[in-house]
Amino acid sequence: MELDHELKGDVLVITPADTRIDAAVAIQFKDRMRELCSAAGSRIVLDLGQVDFVDSSGLGAIVAAMKQIGASARLELASLTPNVAKVFRLTRMDTVFSIHDDLDSALQPKAAHG
Amino acid sequence: MTIWTLPCSRKRRMDDLAVGSVAQKMTRLPEARLQLDVVATPLGVRRGLNEIRQTLHLWGMGHDDIGTAEMVLAEVMNNIVEHAYADCAGASMLLSAWQWHGGLAVHVVDSGLPMPDGKLPEGQAKPLNVDLTELPEGGFGWSLIRELTIDLNYCRSDGENHLRFRVPPSGLN
Repeated sequence: MELDHELKGDVLVITPADTRIDAAVAIQFKDRMRELCSAAGSRIVLDLGQVDFVDSSGLGAIVAAMKQIGASARLELASLTPNVAKVFRLTRMDTVFSIHDDLDSALQPKAAHG
Repeated sequence: MTIWTLPCSRKRRMDDLAVGSVAQKMTRLPEARLQLDVVATPLGVRRGLNEIRQTLHLWGMGHDDIGTAEMVLAEVMNNIVEHAYADCAGASMLLSAWQWHGGLAVHVVDSGLPMPDGKLPEGQAKPLNVDLTELPEGGFGWSLIRELTIDLNYCRSDGENHLRFRVPPSGLN
C-alpha cells in the first residue's frame, strides 16, 4: 500500500494513494504508518481525500496507527469523502479524532488546537 | 472443547483460484437480481464489492445508497472470511441480492463454521471515552451491520450459514 508523504512546515502530511483502506491492505497500512510516523514531529495529518472506502478493518488500522504514534504526536484526519465520513460517524470515531474539512484548514496554525 | 470438522464443500480447486476471471462468476438475472460467487479472501471480497457496485449503479441506485450497501456487504463478507472460513482459505460464499423498495434485499450463504452459540453477535459498541491505549481497533463490523440493516436473520441449515437482511434506502433510514 502506497502512502505519499510530505513535510509541510512542521506537519507531516500522509496521503494514501489507494482509494481503499480495507481488510486487504489494513496490515500494510498500519506497518507503513509506523515507518513514516516514527520520525515525525508533533503533528501528523492523514489526508483521506482520495480514499472513497474504509471498512472496519481499515478503521481499526487507522486507530492502531494513532495508538502506535502514542503521545509523541497527534494524528489528525482531513478531507473525508462522504462514505468514509459515514463510517467514522456511525462508529462514533469522529469523536476520537480531530477531523478537518480539507488539508488547507488542517494546516492552519489554529488547527493545531482544533 | 468441541473440534469442528470444516465442511469445505464450497472449497475451490487451486487452479481455479489462480485465474481471477474464473474464480468469480456473476450472473445478472433479468429481474434485477444478482448472484455472485465470492472467493473467501480479502481480495476476493474486494473484487466482489466492485462487481456489486457496478451492478447497483446499473440498477439506478443512488451514490449514497450504493455506499451504504457496500459498507454492509463488506462487513458481512469480511466476517465470513475471518471467522466462518478462518481455517478454510479459498472457499467461497454465494451472495444473492435483489432490489427492494429502492433498497436491497440480500441473502448470503457460506459453508464455514457456525456463528458462536448459533446466533448473531450483539455488536455492542465499545466505549470510546478511554485512554488512547485502550481504544478499540476492531469490533465495529456487527454494530455497523445492525445499524444499517433491517430484518436481519441468521440460520444454520445443512451445514451452511444463511444470513438474510435488507438495506433500506437512505430516505427510510
